[in-house]
Amino acid sequence: MKVDLSKKYIPSPDIVVRHIEGETIIIPITAGIGDLEDALFTLNPTGLAVWEKLDGQNSVADIIEALLKEYTASPGQIERDVLGLLEELYQKKLIVEVD
Amino acid sequence: MNNLKKDTFTQVKSFQEKLLGLKKSLLWWVTAELTERCNFNCRHCYINRPAGDQLARQQELKTEEWKEFLQEAASLGCLTVRFTGGEPLLREDFEEIYQFTRRLGMRVSLSTNASLITSPLAALFKKIPPLEEIEITIYGLSERTYEEVTRVVGSYQAMQAGLAYLRENKIRFSLRGIVLPATLPELDRFKKWAQEMDASGAPPALVFSLDLRARRDSEQRNQEIARLRLPPEKYVQLIAQERELYNQTMKEFVHRFLGPRGTKLFTCGAGQGIAALDSYGQLQPCLLLRHPRLVYPWRQERNLKKAMMDFFPSLREMEAENDEYLKKCARCFISGLCEQCPARSWMESGTLDTPIDYYCQVAHAQARQLGLLSPGEKGWQVKDWSRRLKKVENLLTSGVK
Repeated sequence: MKVDLSKKYIPSPDIVVRHIEGETIIIPITAGIGDLEDALFTLNPTGLAVWEKLDGQNSVADIIEALLKEYTASPGQIERDVLGLLEELYQKKLIVEVD
Repeated sequence: MNNLKKDTFTQVKSFQEKLLGLKKSLLWWVTAELTERCNFNCRHCYINRPAGDQLARQQELKTEEWKEFLQEAASLGCLTVRFTGGEPLLREDFEEIYQFTRRLGMRVSLSTNASLITSPLAALFKKIPPLEEIEITIYGLSERTYEEVTRVVGSYQAMQAGLAYLRENKIRFSLRGIVLPATLPELDRFKKWAQEMDASGAPPALVFSLDLRARRDSEQRNQEIARLRLPPEKYVQLIAQERELYNQTMKEFVHRFLGPRGTKLFTCGAGQGIAALDSYGQLQPCLLLRHPRLVYPWRQERNLKKAMMDFFPSLREMEAENDEYLKKCARCFISGLCEQCPARSWMESGTLDTPIDYYCQVAHAQARQLGLLSPGEKGWQVKDWSRRLKKVENLLTSGVK
């Protein structure tokens, strides 16, 4: 399933986000989250900037618009990258859609 | 404005990989000894108290205290919590503490005899995986041997049922066997069975070393444990049985860990990124070390950070004072083969720096087996130890040993 620009997403309730020694880590709690049982996921600062906007209030389009003000890349590149990241997170069940 | 760096938006790592990066951090691993009580009554055990010991039970940390400790550990960056005992599953709040720990984003390592694993508990492990193999100690292959060691009728069947629940739910576990006079005749068959039981096909860990009572609470029990220890030559023969694996391990070991340990008491990693909280709220630099002056009163102080930053580092500056230790252990180039340490010295003699005859004999037998010493030589008398280490390392590399 594709991530939709008009939809809103939040971190899954089945994960925990921890900040350890300057690194942001997403840790699955329940089985079936992420691909592997012994896996955790780290976010770089740009990934974190997207993650922090996943509050259930912002649509994906809103997130892209906000990032356009923060980053120098072209609108097309930002849209592609944000969609790429969110699709990866969605497929791994690290984020969920809100109604 | 910042540049958009998309190439590493996310990165997948294993916990193991992350742990390797954390080994220099303030706290990356804690052991939580939930109770000293156990539903088994093994003769060889260094810590067990009866399951129904009401005084011990009343004195144990309460659920909320464990939660506070775990929360603090997580806030310091801890990634792994090992639950042990006694038998940790005797705690009625085990599931609550377990879920709380996992929801803090820490992985769980559980050491258990498996006899109290129920269908609902296995289902919980399936839904919220511990992320680390459950470590199960096996006390014998046959029912007769098993219950001769545990001294509890029905314990074998209970263990088998626990294992079956884990297998049904595809929960990863590893087995470890205790090598005792009673289990010795079954050892080869045990290894084969354990390897078949382990989903990864890994050989079981074997425990050859029996510690005396950690609380120094019974001279009679200590004598019993000492009687169960293998003779040093037999001990060495058994640990070197898997020749190829042994040589491989020892090659690395000789290179990294042999040489005189010097006068500092602590040459291990105790209190460096790791800590153990006992059932009553005393924080230890390692699971074994319970000397009253070397534990931090976490239950009173509630300050894990202070223990890790100030208290444990101060312990690591301690020097040995015992003349015999200074003459022998401090100068002994095979001390890396010896299990003597402040914790075991405390268990054996009530001091932190007393040589332990049994472990000294085992280390010397192993050193002779490796070709580091000749019969009658002592590790603290050898002057050309560096040359000997190099020679043995070369032999192990070339596969001659």
